[in-house]
Amino acid sequence: MSFFATLMMSLKSLRRNPTRTMLTALGIVIGIASVITMMEIGRGSSQAIQATIAKMGANTAMVMPGGMRFGGVSRGAGAAVSLVPADAEAIGEQCPSVAIYSPVVRGSGVQVIFGNTNWVPAYMYGVAPAYLSIRNWQIGSGRAFTDREVDANARVCLVGTTIVKELFNGVDPVGLELRIGSVTFTIVGVLKSKGANMMGMDEDDVVLTPWTTMRMRVTGLTTGSATNTSSTISSNPGELFAVSGLSLYPEQEASLTRDKLFYNKFTRLNQIVFAAVSTDKVNQAIAEVTQLLRRRHRLTIEQDDDFRIHNSSDFMSMMTSTSVLMTNLLLGVALISLVVGGVGIMNIMLVSVTERTREIGLRMAVGARSRDILKQFMVEAVVLCLVGGIVGIMVGHGASLLVNHYLNWPIASSPEAVVAAVVVSASVGIVFGFYPAWKASKLDPIEALRYE
Amino acid sequence: MAIIELQDIRKTYFLGEIDVPVLKGITMSIQAGEYVALMGASGSGKSTLMNILGCLDRPTSGDYVFDGEEVGRASGDRRALIRNRKIGFVFQSFNLLPRTSALENVIMPLGYTATGLSHAECRRRGLAALEQVGLSERAHHHPSQLSGGQQQRVAIARALINRPPVLFADEPTGNLDTKTSLEVMQMFSELNAQGITVILVTHSAEIAEYAKRTIFLKDGLIVDDRLNKGGAA
Repeated sequence: MSFFATLMMSLKSLRRNPTRTMLTALGIVIGIASVITMMEIGRGSSQAIQATIAKMGANTAMVMPGGMRFGGVSRGAGAAVSLVPADAEAIGEQCPSVAIYSPVVRGSGVQVIFGNTNWVPAYMYGVAPAYLSIRNWQIGSGRAFTDREVDANARVCLVGTTIVKELFNGVDPVGLELRIGSVTFTIVGVLKSKGANMMGMDEDDVVLTPWTTMRMRVTGLTTGSATNTSSTISSNPGELFAVSGLSLYPEQEASLTRDKLFYNKFTRLNQIVFAAVSTDKVNQAIAEVTQLLRRRHRLTIEQDDDFRIHNSSDFMSMMTSTSVLMTNLLLGVALISLVVGGVGIMNIMLVSVTERTREIGLRMAVGARSRDILKQFMVEAVVLCLVGGIVGIMVGHGASLLVNHYLNWPIASSPEAVVAAVVVSASVGIVFGFYPAWKASKLDPIEALRYE
Repeated sequence: MAIIELQDIRKTYFLGEIDVPVLKGITMSIQAGEYVALMGASGSGKSTLMNILGCLDRPTSGDYVFDGEEVGRASGDRRALIRNRKIGFVFQSFNLLPRTSALENVIMPLGYTATGLSHAECRRRGLAALEQVGLSERAHHHPSQLSGGQQQRVAIARALINRPPVLFADEPTGNLDTKTSLEVMQMFSELNAQGITVILVTHSAEIAEYAKRTIFLKDGLIVDDRLNKGGAA
């Protein structure tokens, strides 16, 4: 007997008792619908968490100067002045897992002035243009500054929306001049608002300038920062810029011979931030950077790192595992309801076999082999489950759309869940349909025909 | 040519401790084209014999050759195939599928025939079989919309769908009134006239009168086997 004929026969049998067929399938519908809903909500929330983490920079890490022991006293992180611009360039050139990097020079506590208003931004950083993509900053209006402007010590800056609000009363300040400390900068762009960060700090209260400008023109001259142990040296123009014909240093970095600004070797960086080529390469990138910096800083094996590298992966894995745990828990509950639905199918199929004993006997009398009977009842159960599964997928998707609409929970449709639902419902049909079908196929045709 | 040959067929039911012998050595043969009535009181073994003849049951011992083939010891699948292709069954209680049209009921056995007939061809043959029993205008009625006689005729059409050489009828008129019984019996006579071997089980002497040959069973043994004078009335 062909499969198609069996299928048609099963559909006819199911149609003979539509109410029962519907009620039986309902168990599977509910089971599959809950699985689909749970999967979509679970996926939605884990995607939302991942998006949040990505916004914080999941593939990024930060190199800070390490703590320093000074006269037997341990000073905090950043006390050591170990990071130089050449380190940053070396990271970019020699670490294959690092995609982009940016040196960071902090300008904390520097006042910005526009007209008769002044303000101390929470964050004032001298950076490279790559910083914007590492930290996920978007330009709201105007433009970002360029590498050329970095090389040229240009007095250009980007401001956050809080600065715009506080200093410019919300008027687009692109093209206007802003005084940072005692230096006048042209505002070339406004950063798109990011809102508060995880710690509740206003991230939009920010001013970004080329790091060269920040170091040479702002902090280098104002000093006052603990990192500026070298400020007295670096403020000496003779050491800030290359003096022709005078070989001050034994070793010439590749970057030093280029046709651009000659960074003083003692020009310190507060941080170097970098982004790995992908999220899963972060740890590799960190390892590469660690090795490179140890070599560059000529640390012996017994010496500790004179820098620290941070990234958000711990936090990320915690958040993700929480979400995965919740999803799995809910999925477990949904699977239990699917099993209950399967038992319902088995129950009804058993009733159906008993009720149709004479039909089975008759089919055997007219030439059905026991495997034909087995096939018929199996196909009936599987069709029931598959139809229930397909309806369940639609109901489940509808339910998650409703949840999304009324509760604003993030959802994400999950093709794997749909495939899994179809496979699972067919398997439920096979597993729970087998026993009744086997029972039917083992009936004695004579007994079955005589059955009242 | 003998289409059915029984050689010392015995059937014993083993009910726990006790063995219940139902058939105690049946030897007979039925020629193609015969019209045979199996008669006997309740418990005489006629239904058991019928089940064995119809390949629904296996004899405990003895040889059963059907259409030149030993079937008493054939596999279940082989016997299913014989039932499908060479045997038609008509039951006392019609055994039609409920909520299924007469036509669908008639073509149901074709589903188990591995000939690859198209659905249209199946329907054509089903309609022809219904035509043969005079019910072509009722093809799309459900059994509940048909009278007892009509239901039995649908069952006969179903039995004939694969053009089997042998038709078994187990008390075919048991649930019918006299008038419709007559119609049904006439139909069997007509079918026999067309060359189909008809074997029916009955305990009514009147019905047995329609057959050309009557075999009497008593306590699992043939006690009489005679030709009817007024056969094919």
